[in-house]
Formats: sequence, structure tokens, C-alpha cells
Amino acid sequence: MIKIIRNFARRIFAGVFKKRGEIKLGFYGSPNAGKTSLANRICQDWLGEDLGSVSKMPHETREIQIKEKVVLERDGKKIEFKLIDTPGIATKIDFEDFMKFGMKKKAAQDRAKEATQGIINSIKWLDDMDAVIIMIDSTINPYSQVNITIIGNLVARNIPVLIVANKIDLKKSDIKKVQGAFPEYEVVGISAKNGDNIEEFYEELFKLVKKV
Amino acid sequence: MVKKIKKSTKKVKKTSKKKSNDLTIHFMPYSEIAREDTIGRIKKIMGLVLKHKIIILQGKLKSNEEVKLIENSMTLIGNIKGFQGIEIAGLSGENEYRGLFENIRRNIAKILIGEQDAITIIGPASVVKEMTKDPRKIELMLQRK
Repeated sequence: MIKIIRNFARRIFAGVFKKRGEIKLGFYGSPNAGKTSLANRICQDWLGEDLGSVSKMPHETREIQIKEKVVLERDGKKIEFKLIDTPGIATKIDFEDFMKFGMKKKAAQDRAKEATQGIINSIKWLDDMDAVIIMIDSTINPYSQVNITIIGNLVARNIPVLIVANKIDLKKSDIKKVQGAFPEYEVVGISAKNGDNIEEFYEELFKLVKKV
Repeated sequence: MVKKIKKSTKKVKKTSKKKSNDLTIHFMPYSEIAREDTIGRIKKIMGLVLKHKIIILQGKLKSNEEVKLIENSMTLIGNIKGFQGIEIAGLSGENEYRGLFENIRRNIAKILIGEQDAITIIGPASVVKEMTKDPRKIELMLQRK
């Protein structure tokens, strides 16, 4: 409770006395939702380089990855971002799941250990964000407790949230289901991999920044 | 006659041995955690989860408590043999449309007695393979032993 009040006061204080600087934009969500793919898309569009590696195997991102001074421009307005790509948050990790992708037992156990630490770090970083993008895989059931828990925590910390329904290029994608699960939030559907609907995403991102 | 009795005793023994693999569902009324702080609540829940029990909690945890529960279970993976984390899902009527007065009434009740108008199911991932949820139901798929 004290932490929430302290953060709220800090945000008010920063808003009144400080000129808006770099906005810390976090990418949160379940493993394999496409957080790094979107962060890479933004970095490619505005810097011409990637932020991190992507893989079909869950928990590819196991450490917080940061890209500073990413300047986005829209309608003559420039905003500088610090992009913070976080490891996917899960409630369970079984090293045997990695072995299904051809990993040896020891390597799978190591990866599981790194993944658990990555989740702990993701949770710790929640406090430091100015705005957060929640990535949801629109091809699977959006009613995951992880999504609900992350959003609940961000709302309690008064951090603005934009929900991005990823993988709209796939047949199974169902944006309406994502919108139905989170009726109080703006949901934008994209394909981070192909860049589908990315302009609408940037538009929503600039709207999100106004709430910071 | 004596022989028959002996046989039935054997049967009982076999059944009790089988019972150790049975699934335990623990119902936790909200009153059981109402007076606990975040650490106390997590300790209580994790204590049962580590005994391979599925908990049906009346009410729900606060979002910061849920995140602490996830954090706590992550620290245990790899340190407790066989522990793979937890499965958690909750159902509440939060998104349902209600009239203004009904909302005020519910909010006052929430402040006074906590959010009891919800249920949360928490289980060890070694027992619960998957929990799927939609707005009105939670389905549990159990691990095959």
C-alpha cells in the first residue's frame, strides 16, 4: 500500500516539476506472446536494428533487455522511449517442456532456472515502468490469470496500459475474444512478425503516452 | 469363517494404500485468511500446495498478493524436488453489468468484508496439468500419474 502511494506521489511530483523525458515502456505478457517481436519491430522501424532474439521455444527472453533513446515521430511530435523487454511471466516451469524442443536434460534444467529468475526480475521491474504494453497471443484463450494479475498490478500502480492482441495473421486469431476479456481497455490487433496493422499500434501508443 | 475375515482385512489394507495417491481438494473459507497479511496468506496457500492439495478459496487474493505468490513459487522451483510451480485461476462477477445502486452496495461490502463474491482455484502444477477459464467456468485438467 505504502509502495503504491509512494509511486503515485512520485508520478504526480514528476509530472508537475519535471519536463517529460524518456518514457520507460515495458513489454509484458505470457511467454511466446510476441513481446520481443514487437520490440524488434519498433527498433527496426525507428533504429534499423533488433533488440533481442526470438524463438518458437518458450522463455527465449530470460533477461530484461533494454534499448534506450528510441525516438518515435508522429504528426511532427517526437517522443523518446526506453524500451524494456521483459521475460514472459508464467506460473509454472517444467524443464521437460524444453526437452520436447530437442534440448538435453542439463541444458533444459539450466534454461528452466534462468526462466524462473527472469520471471522474478520481470515482476520486480513492474514498479519502474511509465507505461506498459500487454502482449496477448490472440490465437489462444486470453483469460489467463497471468494477464489478469499483471493488469491488476499495473492499475493498482496507476501505470497506463495498452493491450496488444498479437498474431492476427494466423487463422486461429480471435481479437473479439481478447476485447471481450478486457472490455475496459483499448485493444489493438497486430502481427508483430509481419507488421500488419502496425500504424494503428503507433497511433494507440501515442495516445497511451498522453496518459503518462 | 476366520479365513474370510482375514481376507477382508487384506482388502482394507489395499484400499488404504491406494488412498495415498488420491486427490485432495481443500476448501478455504475467506475467514481463514481474512486476518492474515500478504506473507501469512502466501505461507498458508503454499503450505497446502506443497502438500499436493488443490485449494478452492472463497474470495480472491489482491493483485499484489497474486504476483507475490507467483514470485514465491518461482523461487521454490528447482529448490523443492518435483515442484514445477502452480496453476491459478479465479472467477468473479467484476465485469458483469449491474445497476448503480447494486455496484455501490457491492463496493461497500468489498471494503467491509473483502471480496468474497469470487472463487480462486490454486493447485500445484505437478497435480494440475492445466486450468482453462472463460468468464463463467474454470476447467481443471489433472496430470496422469
